[in-house]
Amino acid sequence: MLTLEKRPNPSKGWTLATPVLAVIFTMIVGGILFAALGKNPFETIRTIFVDPLFSEFAYYYRPQLLVKGAPLVLIAIGLSFGFRAGVWNIGAEGQYIMGALFGAGVGLALYPMESWIVFPLMVIAGAIGGILWAMIPGILKIKFGTNEILVSLMLVYVAEQLLASMALGAMRNPEGMGFPGSRNLSQYPSAANLEIFANSGMHWGVVAALIAVIFAYITLARHMFGFQVRLSGQSPRAAAFAGVNPKALVLICLGISGGLAGLAGMFEVAGPAGQVSIDFNVGYGFTAIIVAFLGRLHPIGILLAGGLMALTYIGGEIAQSTLGLPGAAIQLLQGMLLFFLLAVDVLTNYRLKFGQGELA
Amino acid sequence: MKRRTLLASGAAAATMATLGMPARAQDKTKVGFVYVGPTGDGGWTYEHDQARQKMEAHFDGAVETVFVESVPEGPDAERVMTQMVLAGADLIFTTSFGYMDPTLNVAAKFPDVKFEHATGFKRADNVSTYSARFYEGRAVQGHIAGSMTKTNKIGYIGSVPIPEVIRGINSAYLHAKKVNPDVEFKVIWIFEWLNPAKEADAATTLIEQGCDVILQHTDSTAPQAAAQEAGNVITFGQASDMAEYAPSPRVSSIIDNWTPYYIARTQAVIDGTWTSVDTWDGISTGMVEIGEITETVPAEIKAQAEALRDSIADGSYEPFTGPINKQDGSAWLGDGETADDGTLAGMNFYVEGITGDIPQ
Repeated sequence: MLTLEKRPNPSKGWTLATPVLAVIFTMIVGGILFAALGKNPFETIRTIFVDPLFSEFAYYYRPQLLVKGAPLVLIAIGLSFGFRAGVWNIGAEGQYIMGALFGAGVGLALYPMESWIVFPLMVIAGAIGGILWAMIPGILKIKFGTNEILVSLMLVYVAEQLLASMALGAMRNPEGMGFPGSRNLSQYPSAANLEIFANSGMHWGVVAALIAVIFAYITLARHMFGFQVRLSGQSPRAAAFAGVNPKALVLICLGISGGLAGLAGMFEVAGPAGQVSIDFNVGYGFTAIIVAFLGRLHPIGILLAGGLMALTYIGGEIAQSTLGLPGAAIQLLQGMLLFFLLAVDVLTNYRLKFGQGELA
Repeated sequence: MKRRTLLASGAAAATMATLGMPARAQDKTKVGFVYVGPTGDGGWTYEHDQARQKMEAHFDGAVETVFVESVPEGPDAERVMTQMVLAGADLIFTTSFGYMDPTLNVAAKFPDVKFEHATGFKRADNVSTYSARFYEGRAVQGHIAGSMTKTNKIGYIGSVPIPEVIRGINSAYLHAKKVNPDVEFKVIWIFEWLNPAKEADAATTLIEQGCDVILQHTDSTAPQAAAQEAGNVITFGQASDMAEYAPSPRVSSIIDNWTPYYIARTQAVIDGTWTSVDTWDGISTGMVEIGEITETVPAEIKAQAEALRDSIADGSYEPFTGPINKQDGSAWLGDGETADDGTLAGMNFYVEGITGDIPQ
């Protein structure tokens, strides 16, 4: 008989091992799924996980990994603060949209002025947009005790409506022949978030994501605030005794995640996406939640998890077009990743015991 | 300034040379398709995929096709197209309006590859555009809708407010009004091409507001299902026949038949005669088909609808024939005057009698 026994403390070893185990399980079960679909499982797994990095055309896919991974990492880093402290911001997608709208709004308002100041102003505006949107669930929570999960999630749909309204109205390109969508910011040199080195995929959003990783690492490991965040998540009562102000913590955590999500949106709208369009958001804010947990809410883990998630997107597209794999199979694979992580997580907190458990 | 100018670097130029090779060296012509929804949407993407399969069968082994489904309209679309080019595609069909700028961006990097963008208006030396005169089919729908409604309220689920969709609303309204002066149109915009949940919500809302005819410009069969559930409501298949909902609620349909076009364009690539063109065909060439009118429609109305269809097919009748005023009452077309293609292509106004505003 197998029984589970609760560990006195979460296992350090399993904390590191479970994400790796989850990836391996995902590959195995994914392989079975692909075999059931009539594809060669080894070829498919290789196409998804290896080809973007080491194939004939990897020179094109590697930079794309940065483009796809950067917003995920940037948002997930922000979310990890709140998730550690027990502040559940599920609405990063909305903050991402608002960051893009604020950033693009500044850029479009200054068009066609050419000056070095345009882009930095857009960056600041993008962060402010995300922070303001995240403050709504924050203030409602500390003033009226509302649930930030619901409020932040609902605000995503509000932000989507606002995005559609902007793409069709205030921010519509006056030279766009009446079609929805703003001017293309990536074609406006002062506002464009271009690659820093040609063909590297390295745009300012990637740089910001790396800075965020380092900043988060230092804060969590070395700074008083990081200690308070961790303490609040583990034991709110102990945190209160230690002098943590829970209301301030809620606002700060939401502010950080909103600000970083806003930045991610701003870098995306000024770079890869280029314009404010009705369907600008493609779910980075939600996928980042998976990335945050897959990365164990640890900055380095998030960096790796963001890369892995980007890999499944890009590899998934390759598998679709070269192997004829259905798009839904890729989404299943991505879903499995979180599913298996949660499943094997039990090993972190419990130990497996063989033999008959003691009778109570 | 163009971002990610692959051609700019020497490395990319070298790749271009190698990339041209496999495509030329192999006998098979490779054709890629980029889809906005899943192939199983039962509507827009389903018909494109049917045409892809028929085209591939037509060439009996001489042509290989690849596709990627549910591709977001933005930077992801650029990557999918580039990936197809790298894998040796000679011709790529991008089948949604939002792929317009991505298609042009990728096409600029790979001048030897031919691109075909559906429903857009921007062309290049290696980018053609193609679309169908769906509004001709809408005239027939409007006639049936106006004749059949008992509540005199017709619901219309709008997708993205671009001229293509607005033309459809105007055409349907004019022909409904012709047979039923009391008819009233209620339009709900969902700002997406495919979102079964939103489509079903929109249909239910319209039915609750008293509409007993639902027209849709969205891709899924969700409105059909909602109408079936409500009962006593009729609908029309959109983009595809949606015959599984016949004889009621679905009483007829507009079917997009892309097969002849896909065969002709692929043949042109094989023959080396491909040039950039703007194709806009309707009922006369069979690009737009009217699906079978079921027995739910009285024989007399059915005969009128078929006569209308035939008169459009033989060119004796134009759906936009004056006198027609714009919504604000100003004159658009004089008595007997017909609309020119330029005005139709950029149509951004409702005709007189439609209430509500086009979102902007």
